[in-house]
Amino acid sequence: MARELLKGNVAMAEAAVRAGLEAYFGYPITPQTEVLEHLSARMPELGRTFVQAESELAAVNMVYGAACTGTRVMSSSSSPGISLMQEGISYMAGTEVPAVLVNVMRGGPGLGNIAPSQSDYNQAVHGGGHGDYNLIVLAPSTVQESIDLMVLAFDLAEKYRMITMILTDGSIGQMMEPAELPEMRPVVRKDWDWATNGAIGRERHILSSIYINPPLEEETNLRLMRTWQKVQANEVRYKGYYLDDAEFVVIGFGTSGRVALSAVRAARAMGIKVGLFRPISLNPFPYAIIDELADKATAFLVVEMNTGQMLEDIRLTVRGRIPVEFYARLGGIVPFPDEVLSEIQRMAATKKFDTGSHPRDAWLERFTAQSER
Amino acid sequence: MTNLAIPENMVYSRPESLTPIHNHYCPGCTHGVAHRLIAEVLDEMNIRERAIGVAPVGCSVFAYNYFNCDFVEAAHGRAPAMATGIKRVLPDRAVFTYQGDGDLASIGMAEIMHSAARGENITVIFINNAIYGMTGGQMAPTTLPGQKTTSSPNGRDVEVAGYPLRMAEILSNMDGAGYIVRRSLHDPKNIRLAKKAIRTAFEAQMHGLGFSMVELLSTCPTNWGITPIEALTWLEDHMIPAYPLGDYKISEHLAAIKF
Repeated sequence: MARELLKGNVAMAEAAVRAGLEAYFGYPITPQTEVLEHLSARMPELGRTFVQAESELAAVNMVYGAACTGTRVMSSSSSPGISLMQEGISYMAGTEVPAVLVNVMRGGPGLGNIAPSQSDYNQAVHGGGHGDYNLIVLAPSTVQESIDLMVLAFDLAEKYRMITMILTDGSIGQMMEPAELPEMRPVVRKDWDWATNGAIGRERHILSSIYINPPLEEETNLRLMRTWQKVQANEVRYKGYYLDDAEFVVIGFGTSGRVALSAVRAARAMGIKVGLFRPISLNPFPYAIIDELADKATAFLVVEMNTGQMLEDIRLTVRGRIPVEFYARLGGIVPFPDEVLSEIQRMAATKKFDTGSHPRDAWLERFTAQSER
Repeated sequence: MTNLAIPENMVYSRPESLTPIHNHYCPGCTHGVAHRLIAEVLDEMNIRERAIGVAPVGCSVFAYNYFNCDFVEAAHGRAPAMATGIKRVLPDRAVFTYQGDGDLASIGMAEIMHSAARGENITVIFINNAIYGMTGGQMAPTTLPGQKTTSSPNGRDVEVAGYPLRMAEILSNMDGAGYIVRRSLHDPKNIRLAKKAIRTAFEAQMHGLGFSMVELLSTCPTNWGITPIEALTWLEDHMIPAYPLGDYKISEHLAAIKF
């Protein structure tokens, strides 16, 4: 396939179609509406299912129903809509059915705004809905990666019978970049041995997240945990840049990782030995490789578009061995590469790091001082 | 030796669409009757293997245990959305929800209204017993004015708690609805009429005639705090005047079908 200029949201939608998406249920919300709009034309054209639901709550429960039949199904939304979907996400996790969800994150909390943000990291990675469960969470940083991860998302969801969430943001969703779409895959509806698609010539199947007997619920929780261990062992994804001789390692995902890469390149041009580590699977989180990097690097700089949600996972991995610094922009603001570069330069010039205060508090102090200047 | 073979004059047995599992419903509750009627209809239409049920949250949360067909368990109120997801990808299946009044008329109001508005080709069996059963007798959206429940201990005060919802009447206004009726399960004659309505609702679905709903007035002796027989009388005396039985919408295409 040829490279073409594609908008992130449209690219994700078309990639899903080509990955064999059979049904889409969604509700309009900025900045992800192009996913819904693209599929509203494409799905019927191909004889597949598209429904604009009355709410994200209904959309996710339609996804739940279709997922129970073993059909490749997805929905997409943005932060407030994903909050509404948490009910269905928890139920699907408890029922162990595969589905793909896309969160094109925007500024929050509450109604927030429609600008790019990464403030739903904790919601996606550390819960969101009630109960003990995990989602596979993948974070693209380019339009091409959005396409590639969308295709992968369906395969992973089915392989582990769980939800895969593409955690992206309004920046990548709205930008246009050259990218290549995959070939159209044929739609293959597998007759899963768990699916509720009609008990024709077989015993009935029941799909439910209710285990009224606590020992059976415990067994379910254990099964979910064991499945998750397999995901942790097999599905960690990340990308490293200039890490071989890096004294300083910048860590960022999605858009902040992309911005940080520009800063890292600029710093390299100045002779600073700095690299970038960009987690792609936010869940399972690349703990092991970060652990190794912490043994080699002088200090880490975590860059996020939230108040340090991934930062806590990094700190947990580093366990105080090396200084971890933090830089963020909030509320729908994307940091400029220069802002990150200044942080890298400051760190490269630092003889002794202050490890006494929490990196978030130290950043807030620097940030406040700078804003007041 | 005792002859265990089925006697030739067998006139009544368990429908194939019901499992031989003892249900958990209270003595005198009409859920069992409603379950049996649905199962008989699935048998008679020979659609058990193609049927996919959606259970609600409420007293009938375990309905999936009792039907011998594929079943899923929805979140509270979301059964019509889940049924939409199933039916849209498997249009030749017989997809039905089984929902109580709290599930359908309170927390699931948006899902039921929009499923009807879209003309989702599903069948909804709506059990209206004017109370929340599973949580122990709280006020339902269909609780009658003045009716005492554990959350309206002095009787439902419409000035504070508003008025009951008449779902058959409301849904009959939806252009996407093909068949909307209300029946009652308080005596044999009405039970027979209820079964006929359930059959018609599934026929509507299998003919692709849009959203179908059968509202069934039902009893809850346990939470009403009266005997099963008193409950049947109470239903007849108090619920039917508030929720008149009848056909609220029958599409002309459906009316033309003979079965």
